[in-house]
Amino acid sequence: MQKELLKVTDLKQHFPIKGGVFGRTVNHVKAVDGVSFTIYEGETVSIVGESGCGKSTTGRSILRLDEPTSGQVEFDGKDLLAFSKRQMRKNRKDMQVIFQDPYASLNPRQTVRQILKEAMTIQNAVPKEKQDERVIELMETVGLGKHQIDRYPHEFSGGQRQRIGIARALSVDPQIIICDEAVSALDVSIQAQVINLLKKLQREFNLTYLFISHDLGVVRHISDRIIVMYLGKIVEIADKKSLFSNPQHPYTKSLLSAIPSVNPDQKRERIILTGDVPSPIDPPTGCRFHTRCPFATERCATETPELRTSDYMKDGHQAACHYIEEIESGLHQVKQ
Amino acid sequence: MFTYVLRRILQTIPVLIGVTLLVFSLMHLIPGDPAQIMAGESAPKEQVENIRERLGLNDPYPVQYWNYISGVLQGDLGNSVRTGRDVTNEIGVRFWVTVELAFYSMILSIFLGLIAGIVSATRQYSFSDVTLMIVALFGLSMPNFWLGLMLIQWFAIGMDVPSWIPFIENTAWFKPSGWGSFEQIVLPVITLGTGGAAIIARMTRSSMLEVIDQDYIRTARAKGAKERVVVYRHALKNALIPVVTVVGLQFGALLGGTVLTETVFAINGMGKLVIDAIQARDFPIVQGTVLVAALLFVLVNLLVDITYRYLNKRIDLN
Repeated sequence: MQKELLKVTDLKQHFPIKGGVFGRTVNHVKAVDGVSFTIYEGETVSIVGESGCGKSTTGRSILRLDEPTSGQVEFDGKDLLAFSKRQMRKNRKDMQVIFQDPYASLNPRQTVRQILKEAMTIQNAVPKEKQDERVIELMETVGLGKHQIDRYPHEFSGGQRQRIGIARALSVDPQIIICDEAVSALDVSIQAQVINLLKKLQREFNLTYLFISHDLGVVRHISDRIIVMYLGKIVEIADKKSLFSNPQHPYTKSLLSAIPSVNPDQKRERIILTGDVPSPIDPPTGCRFHTRCPFATERCATETPELRTSDYMKDGHQAACHYIEEIESGLHQVKQ
Repeated sequence: MFTYVLRRILQTIPVLIGVTLLVFSLMHLIPGDPAQIMAGESAPKEQVENIRERLGLNDPYPVQYWNYISGVLQGDLGNSVRTGRDVTNEIGVRFWVTVELAFYSMILSIFLGLIAGIVSATRQYSFSDVTLMIVALFGLSMPNFWLGLMLIQWFAIGMDVPSWIPFIENTAWFKPSGWGSFEQIVLPVITLGTGGAAIIARMTRSSMLEVIDQDYIRTARAKGAKERVVVYRHALKNALIPVVTVVGLQFGALLGGTVLTETVFAINGMGKLVIDAIQARDFPIVQGTVLVAALLFVLVNLLVDITYRYLNKRIDLN
């Protein structure tokens, strides 16, 4: 059995909505509403889902960049949410993050050298005399040249900046890196470059990734296991192979059917969802997907399905739907 | 860098020529004859005419201007019409008083403004934010001569303190006039610095708020940087450019403010000098003072531009 590195239990992140003259809290945006999963050392777990399903918020809450409302986050056996701010700062060394927008996430007034050194200094990861050496080493690791060390972020292209972001995350030797839409802002060709770099680094440094993305192609390429989120809840968890070959939850099925095929002759059944994602302020009762699910029954509107597995599903594969077996066997038909 | 500074200094020359031209014309446009004022109301016509001739007031304006400007280039700002004393000397004596007043006020504005702005921005919509911004609005709206008069009333003439407050009997802590000692400096500096502090506070707040939600601030937090480091190194430094611009422009307002402040507190500085000179149509003094003030303003703004470069390495001065 592999070592559990990150264990998230019933994580909730509700943002208050203030209203009225006195700024009372009138309601909450339930961005993440009871999410549990485990990440093992050295693997890559992806979170996928539509915009606004809470995947980025999950990442940020785990790191306490936003304070989660409730739940438990255990990292390497330590309860992160019990840490004081100061302890948390110390522990950030082991958990780094790569942000979505390489243009905005680097301080425009700092050179690459300053950006990379700052984290080392804060975390005491590398002794002062060796920092310059380490900066150059890091830059070479991510494919940047030594001569670029004193340049400012605006002098780099998007792909190069994202590599600076990666070097920054690596600078303190973290155990886990959360990649929050790390390649979404990049050109497809650059995406491949960055993803291959991430994979290479994973092999070299035995890194663990939590990869947050909405791009199923990218996710398929990099992940070991995949978590599908919908409206703040996990609807399906599976290893990559089972998820892509045998999706169980109707939402996952519709997501996967949206991937364009490279083979024009292949007949595909496209499941088109109607309507928009409901508001996370007032999510639907029961199964949150029932308002858009082609298979939904009355039971779905009243009873919240838990993540569960079925006999024929491979180990670890779980989906949150009342009717996985029926849909699989064809007994449960789309209502006309 | 050196060539840039040199070029900027050379660029101030046309500005200063423009200033002299403008002030020269204005002074000759306002009614009132300096010769008549010098000679007195009831002086005989010939005497006034003599004085006019002696001062060169009968020459055509371009000739007068040429005479003046060639004097300026030789470091001679002319002689006061009223006292006959050298203008350079008259200004020289008072120059440092005004510079000191402006400088201390500026320091006070920057200090108070930055602190208030940072506190407000880091706690947006909190009680302290709202309070500070209301205070800033008051500071901004208050005419500084009025504030000066009130400060004199409260803290120089003083108020009797009710007997149940221990140790203090009266609030006459400072002096209402003059310049030099600490008791004399405090009130004028507060009077002159308040408006600037308010503007700087509001500017700092808004530009900090713009920066503080940026992704790289989140990056800094993710690195595990202390909140202090996040606020000062990452947020403030990026937010400072508009603030520095305002500080530079504010300096002009400050020089204008010295006129009122010096009048209210009877400080013998350039501001008071220029007011007295205008009333006596003593145009060499007015021209000289305005020239010196313009030079100061231009230099301060040069300093501001150099500071930009330091704050944002992307700004290429050349």
